[in-house]
This record gives sequence, structure tokens and C-alpha cells, in this order.
Amino acid sequence: MKPLYDRLSPVVRELPPSGIRRFFDLANQMDDVISLGVGEPDFVTPWHVREACFYSLERGFTSYTSNKGLPELREAIADYLRGFQLDYDPEEIVVTVGGSEAIDIALRALLCPGDEVLIPEPAYVSYRPCAILAGGTAVGVPTYAADEFRLTPEILRAKLSPRSKVLILCFPNNPTGATMSEADLRAIAEVAVEHDLFVLSDEIYAELTYEGRHVSIASLPGMKERTVLISGMSKAFAMTGWRIGYAAAPPDILNAMLKIHQYTILCAPIMGQMAALEALRNGQAEKQKMIERYNQRRRLIVKGFRDIGLACHEPKGAFYAFPDIRSTGLTSEQFAERLLQHSRVAVVPGNVFGEGGEGFVRCSYATSVEQIERALERIGNFVASL
Amino acid sequence: MDSSLELQILNVLHENSRLSHQQIATMLGADPAEVSRLIAELEREKIILRYSAVINWDKVESQRVTAVIDVKVTPQREVGFDAIAERIYRFPEVKSVSLMSGAYDLQVTVEGMHLKEVARFVAEKLSTIEHVTSTTTHFLLKTYKSDGVIFDDQEGDQRLVISP
Repeated sequence: MKPLYDRLSPVVRELPPSGIRRFFDLANQMDDVISLGVGEPDFVTPWHVREACFYSLERGFTSYTSNKGLPELREAIADYLRGFQLDYDPEEIVVTVGGSEAIDIALRALLCPGDEVLIPEPAYVSYRPCAILAGGTAVGVPTYAADEFRLTPEILRAKLSPRSKVLILCFPNNPTGATMSEADLRAIAEVAVEHDLFVLSDEIYAELTYEGRHVSIASLPGMKERTVLISGMSKAFAMTGWRIGYAAAPPDILNAMLKIHQYTILCAPIMGQMAALEALRNGQAEKQKMIERYNQRRRLIVKGFRDIGLACHEPKGAFYAFPDIRSTGLTSEQFAERLLQHSRVAVVPGNVFGEGGEGFVRCSYATSVEQIERALERIGNFVASL
Repeated sequence: MDSSLELQILNVLHENSRLSHQQIATMLGADPAEVSRLIAELEREKIILRYSAVINWDKVESQRVTAVIDVKVTPQREVGFDAIAERIYRFPEVKSVSLMSGAYDLQVTVEGMHLKEVARFVAEKLSTIEHVTSTTTHFLLKTYKSDGVIFDDQEGDQRLVISP
């Protein structure tokens, strides 16, 4: 008999483990670590949302929901999306187990073996593996600090091939904090229409847009019919652990996604859906307060890096700063590892986010002002010691 | 006093009064000189009255007692409740005085080092003020939340050190 490992799926065997994972193991063995490595809000889910969940449990809401999710939640999501000039019928929405599931089922619904998925990088770590697991081929499209990490149509065109099928957009971006203006997106939309690309638009950070307003590519002419919009409750409403996300897409795509969803997940947990409903209906004020805090910390951390002597572009969204550490002469991995070992500050090396991430580190400012100040002091001392 | 920068400064200071003017300016994307000027003005106008800490005294002084006293008074011609309120709030052991709607007129919070001290204040000082017609004293047994801060908050940061 062949060794067990050799009998596993070759696709899975060949997937590299997440670069974040290695760092996580390293950081977790240490004490007194100030973490800027966290990709989630430091706020606990607002109390009224938690309380709504308790109340729903008390009333016995412990069952399955329809595959697409609670009708009233899908209606609330449709209402919410209208705020971004998006017009979706609740029937064009499926509630998923976090945005992550939505990404997975969208790619599985759209891809044929060998189809190419264009991924502007640096990018969230899951896109590449999800594309590969869905039978596709991941193609990195670099973005650069000089362009404030926005995707440009020229670089996108250069990466197109006859097999290009899906373009993944994630703006505001994890890890760079980059956003795209309406004009930027129009230029990308033109390429998408011209080459008949599907667009998977991950807008999980849409609310965390600090300068200008967030524009969804799905709101641009001719784009709704080729876009799968993905979002969720995690970032804006501080609900990461609830795992409630959603996808909105034209009926043909949505129904294909729904088949995968219903045979694998069946439905998102009802208690999370009840909490999400409360957040969407009554969570505006708390959400706004959290966004204000992130914005204050954003300014503090960016100035802090510049004062230390590390170049840092202005992240206009999400809750990450992406300082340039090339002036230290270290690679991202070396910088992050030595910073952790010597100064007990955890950041994520930029290279784990793919092409263009080398020379940068991701620093989350979803932590208190005091922690940011302490981290900056330690990073400053570390950089000065090099 | 309604400009949004002033309100933003007040909100930031209310959250953390130890921040420097430079830090506040950076956080709000404002000019540090402008922030200093506005803070000075807010202090001058007595909008900012004091910078203080929220302290859980229960952890430090087990003997300290706090009483909330409902006071009924007969309002006086021309000065209404204000003159009596002033006579009450001048006592150093009085921490707060508010005019209330409803079953009684003034709510007075008193802090003392022990129960007898509070009892003596009520019996000898408060009740004997002319126009005070009755007092009802309630002792605080435990503070769970004060000034928006939950005491002994169990909600620590549960996040992993690094996450996607």
C-alpha cells in the first residue's frame, strides 16, 4: 500500500501552508507580545447584537433556515446594499458562513479546470488556494506602492490570457489598506467587459473607507451581471466569530453557488443570522463609533511609521498599515521575525500576501491607542538598532 | 460650541485624558496648534472642568461608603431650588447634587469613610437645613458601571496573536 500521504489529493498536497500560520505558531509561544498581526476588530460585538442572539435562543430559534438564509435577513442585506447604490433582490442573495465560504462557492461555481483567476497582489491569503482548490490557476497581478496599491488597467491587461476568467477585487484591501475610486473602477470595468471576465468583488471592508466613499464595481454600468459581490458582518460590525457573510449575484450564478452551499453547508447558523439581522437593523451608531476610532488610530500609526523613518503610503481603508521596510535592508520575513524575537511586536511579513508584498509588513491598527504607541516605540528602537 | 473638531476633541479626551495635544491632533487629522488653542478655550469656557481618572475605589478602600440621598425641599421664592442646592453642594463630602423630576426634588450623592460619617452628615447637616422637609438615604452596595466604564470587565482581548 502506498504511504498515506501519497494517497491524498495531489491538489491539496501541493498547496503551500499559509505563511501566516508559521508566524502565528512563532508568536504564540512568546509572552508580552504586542500584536499588530490581528486581522479582526479589537471591539467585542456590540452588546445589543449579542443580546438579540440570547433573546432569539430563548425563543427557541435553534433550527435550520432556508438554504439562502432567513428571508428577513436577506431583505435587510438588500436594504443595506442600497446604501451603496446597489440594487439586489433578496432572492439574489445567499447568506454564507463568513465571507470565506462565499469566496469558495463563487470560485467553484465559476471555474472550469484550468481557467485563470486574476488576483491583484498583495492579496488576502485565501484567494490563491481557493482558486486552486476550485480547479483554477491563480495568476498574480502586481500592485505597487507608487500607485498606492491600486490596480491599474495596464498591468491587468498585461496579465490577461485567453484562459482568464475571473478577476478578484478586494478594496478596501487587506493587507495594503488601498481603496479604488469610481474612476479607477470604471477603467477596470472596461477591461472586464472587453474580455468577458467575471469579477469576484470582496467588499468586506467597504464600511471602513476613511477618505471618499466606497464604490462597488457592481454598481457600474454593465457590471452587475458579471459580478459576485461578497461581504459580511465580520469587520464593520465586529462579528468575526459569528461567521456570517453573504454573496449577491445574478440569478444564474447565485443558483449555481447555492447548489454547492446547500450540499455542503446547508445553511448558515440561525443564531448568527439573528444577530446579523439586529446589527443591520440597529447597529448604525455603534458601527460609526468603531469606524471613527479606527480612523483616529490610522492617522496615529501612519505618522508613527513615518516618524520612525519607514515610508508608509496612506491606507485609505480597512484597518491595516503597510509600511515599507526596504530601507532596513531586511526581507519582510527577516524584519518580522527579528522584530518579534527582539522587540516582541508581532507584524505579518508582506511576502505572505504574494507578489509585491516583499519589502513590506502588514500592521493592523485594530488595537488600542496605548498598544499602538507602545508598538511604535518598540519598532522605533528596533529600527534604530539595525 | 458646536464645531465638530471641538466635539471630536471632547470625545477623545473623555475616552482618554492622558493623550498629548500632539497625539490628539494626529488622531483627528488636525493642526496641533489649533488643537491646543481649542483645548485652552474649552478649559477657559469651563466646558472641560477637570481631567480625572475613573477609579474603582472598592478595590482600594473597603471602608469607603457612598450614599444616594433623596431630598424633598420647599422651593423658595425667586431662587427656587438653586439656593438650597448651593447650600448642599458646598459641603465637601457631597459629590453630586441634581434637581430631579418625580417623587423628590434633589438627588444628593455623599461619600464618607464610614457609615457613621454619612449618618452624621444626614442627621446634623442636611436634615437641619431650612426648607429641607425630608430625606431618604440609600447606601450603594456595589458599583458595576460608572461613567460608562464597566468595573471588573471580564471581556478581555480573546483574539489570537496573529490572524488572517
